[in-house]
Amino acid sequence: MSEWTFIALLLVTAFIFPAIPIVAGTLLGPRKPNEMKNSTYECGVETVGDTWVQFKVQYYIFALVFLVFDIELIFLYPWAVAYNQLPLFGIVAGVVFIITLAEALVYAWRKGALEWL
Amino acid sequence: MPEALAPILDIATFIRETLLSLFETLGASPELANGLVTFIGAFLIANFVLLILVVNIWMERKVMARLQDRIGPNRVGPWGLFQTVADLGKLLSKEIIIPSQADLIPFLLAPLLAVMSVIGIWAVIPFAETAIGTDVSIGVLYFMAVSSFGIMAILMAGWSSNNKYALLGAFRAVAMLVSYEVPIILTLMVPVLLTGSMRMNEIVMAQNIWFIFMVPLAGIIFYISQVAEVGRQPFDLLEAESEIVAGYHIEYSGFAFAIFYAAEWAHGFAICALFVTLFLGGWQGPFVDQIPTLGFIYFLGKTFLVYIIQIWMRATVPRLRIDQIMDFCWKLLIPVSLALVVLIALTEGIITTLAEQGILTAPFLANYFSTATAADMLPRTFVLLTINAFITIVTLFLLARRGRAERERFEAMRQSMAPIEAGTD
Repeated sequence: MSEWTFIALLLVTAFIFPAIPIVAGTLLGPRKPNEMKNSTYECGVETVGDTWVQFKVQYYIFALVFLVFDIELIFLYPWAVAYNQLPLFGIVAGVVFIITLAEALVYAWRKGALEWL
Repeated sequence: MPEALAPILDIATFIRETLLSLFETLGASPELANGLVTFIGAFLIANFVLLILVVNIWMERKVMARLQDRIGPNRVGPWGLFQTVADLGKLLSKEIIIPSQADLIPFLLAPLLAVMSVIGIWAVIPFAETAIGTDVSIGVLYFMAVSSFGIMAILMAGWSSNNKYALLGAFRAVAMLVSYEVPIILTLMVPVLLTGSMRMNEIVMAQNIWFIFMVPLAGIIFYISQVAEVGRQPFDLLEAESEIVAGYHIEYSGFAFAIFYAAEWAHGFAICALFVTLFLGGWQGPFVDQIPTLGFIYFLGKTFLVYIIQIWMRATVPRLRIDQIMDFCWKLLIPVSLALVVLIALTEGIITTLAEQGILTAPFLANYFSTATAADMLPRTFVLLTINAFITIVTLFLLARRGRAERERFEAMRQSMAPIEAGTD
C-alpha cells in the first residue's frame, strides 16, 4: 500500500512542479498578443489547408506490428521471473512462444511491411 | 565501527528514522508520520531530478564544447556553472505565446506530462541500498509503463500545436519511439532472467559480477535503444532542426518550451541511471556493505560517466534518416535481442536439466543460478559470454554478407550507368 502511495505522491508532485514555473512565466513575462504573433509558426508563410491531416498508412502498419510485439512480450515477463525454477518443459514453452513471435517478424519482413517508403 | 559514526554511514535510514521520531514527538499518529515522511521523500526525489538537471545541461554544454575544440560557457560563475541558472531566469521573463489555432488543454498539459513521466522513472531507481523511492516488486514493469507516458506527451504536443512541422515531428516520434520500445522490452528481460526478480534492489544486489560483463550484447542494445527512446542525437529526427525546425515543440515558447527541454535532458539522465542500475551494478562497489552511504557516490559517479558517453555519441555521430532508423531497429536490434533471449533460455535450460538428470556432473552446476558471490556466478558468466560471442559473430557475418551484396548491386548499377554519365550514349 505505502509503496504505491509514494508513487502517487511522486507523480502528483511531478505534475505540479513544472506547472509552477509555467504559471510564474505567464505572470512575470510580458503578455502582448497580436494576430501575427499568435498565428501558426511557419517561417512567415500562411498555412495552406488543414493541419490535422490523415496519417500515412506506413505508420499504421508499424503500429500494428509494434502492438503484436509489445503485448506478447509483456506476457513473457512472468515467465522470466519464474525462469530460475522452471523445468525444461516450461522453458521450452517460453522459447516456442518467442519463436512464434519471431515468425511473425519474418512474415512482416517478407511481406515488405518493414520497408519505409 | 564506532557508534557515533552510524548516522553518516547510513545517512538515508538515519534521516528517515529522525524524521519519523520527530513527527511522532510532535503528536502525529504513526500512519500520519509515515505519510509525511513518504511525502518528503517524493518531494526530495522530484527536487533532485530538477536540480541535477542544472548540472546536466552545464555538463552537456561544457563537454560538447571540449569535443568541438571550444571552451564553452565560462562567464557566469566559476567555470560557467551558473549559466543554466541565468538561462532559467531569462526564460522566466519571456512571453509564453499560445497560438490562436492551438488546442489549448492538451497544448498546456503536454509539457507537464513529459516531466511527470521522467520524474516517475526515478521512483524505482535505487540510489543506495537503503535509499530507494519505493522498492515495488514490479520495478522493471513500472519503469516501462511510466516511460511510455513521454511518447504521449510528444504526441499531444505535436497534435495540439496545429502546426505542420509539429505534426511531422509527432508522426516521426510515434513511428520511432514505438519501434524502439520493442528492443528495450526484450533486453530489459535479460536482467530479469538473470535475477529472477523485477525488484530493482534485488537486481542490483545480484550483480556481484556486473551484468554488462555477463551479457554485453543486451547492455549495448538496451543503451542504444534507450538513447533513441529519449530522442537524442543521433536519433533526434523527431525534432531535427534543419528539416522540421524543431519538431513537436515548435509552437512552445518561454517556460513552456523550457519544460520540454528539461524533460528531454532529465530523461537522458534517467536512462543513464537505469542503465547503471540494470547493467553496471547500481550502487555496488567496494566497502558498500559496511558503509551504505558510499552507494550514492558509486551510483552517481557511474551515472555521470555513462552520461558523458551519451554526450560523446551526440558530438560524434550524424543524424540518421528515418528509414535507416527503422531498419536499424526492426532488422538488426530486434532479431538480435530475440536470438539472445531464446539462446540464453535454451542453453541454460538444457544445461540445468542435464545436471539434474546426473548426465553432467560438475560441482559448480549444483547452484548454477545462484548470485550469492562472484565465484558462484563465474560458470554462468562463461556460458552467457559464449552465447554473446556466438551471436555477435553470426550477426557480423550476416551484416558483412549483406554489405557485400549491396556493394555488388551498386557497382553493377554504376557499370550500367557509365555510358550515360560519360555522355557517349
